[in-house]
Amino acid sequence: MDKTYIVIPAYNEQNSIKKVIQDLKKQGYMNIIVVDDGSIDKTGKIAKQQGAIVLSHLINRGQGAALKTGIDFALMKKADIIVTFDADGQFLAKDIKKVIMPVKKGNAEVVLGSRFLGKAKNIPLFKKIVLKLGVLLVFFLYGIKVTDSQNGFRAFSRHAASQIEIRSNKMEHAGEIFHEIKKNNLAFKEVPVTVLYTRYSLQKGQSWSRSIMLGLKMILKKLMV
Amino acid sequence: MNIIQLFAILFSLFAASRVFLRTKDKKLTIPEFVFWMFIWGSLIITAFIPDVTSMIANFVGIGRGVDIIIYMSIGTVFYLIFRLYVKLEDVERELTVVIRELAFMKKRKK
Repeated sequence: MDKTYIVIPAYNEQNSIKKVIQDLKKQGYMNIIVVDDGSIDKTGKIAKQQGAIVLSHLINRGQGAALKTGIDFALMKKADIIVTFDADGQFLAKDIKKVIMPVKKGNAEVVLGSRFLGKAKNIPLFKKIVLKLGVLLVFFLYGIKVTDSQNGFRAFSRHAASQIEIRSNKMEHAGEIFHEIKKNNLAFKEVPVTVLYTRYSLQKGQSWSRSIMLGLKMILKKLMV
Repeated sequence: MNIIQLFAILFSLFAASRVFLRTKDKKLTIPEFVFWMFIWGSLIITAFIPDVTSMIANFVGIGRGVDIIIYMSIGTVFYLIFRLYVKLEDVERELTVVIRELAFMKKRKK
């Protein structure tokens, strides 16, 4: 039986983390790692109460850093499949089955969730445009064709997780993953997932100015590597 | 001698003395010492003999002495900012490694 670990980076998500963990458990996922990325609220405490393995960053280091902490820990725990999931309740726990399937069957080492193959409920138009620009950027920089490049819903085989090196602390890790897929020649597959846009998740999402900075940083990084 | 010349000389001497002291305390390496001494030393020379800049400017084909100083300063400042940026990224990355290790350690203890 494959050991599946769910890694959830969380920063100040006390309002949503409880339900996220409960939903995961209802779907039968018991190995849940929450990386509390220096939250100033009760995120870590609530996650612990819900029975998740909680790793705490003393100070906020960004999503990329938190993901790597969780993935490294899952590898130490001998995970066979590692799924990355968001703490803000945008993803559906029942989609995990679809996301890990290609890894289980050995068809892919990396599975990327795509809201554009699946459903992006109530997505604001502007957000959609920014995301599509991200897709174009990934194609130009890495020559990889995907439909959704900034989606945190992913699954990795043990092999892929130990090959991929996330060095960016912040959101640039999204671009970095494509770089790593290419470098390590990992077979990848996109599967449709649903992403819900609620008022809460929209508030927490990144602003357009941050998105532009992100794009510039991705280009810069590509030029320097 | 103009007041500005006097001021530039005094300031450069002060800055050079700091560089010297910091090097004595081993807070600056020898290459850094040479770099900063070159900067402040050239400023002192320029303040004493302002025509030096015009000579250099003419030599490399720039019209005015002041211009070459501005070009060089801007270039240097940009380079230093770049160095700082790279250094800062390194420090951020190292900090993350420490924070991650601390998180693992806390987990193992329990």
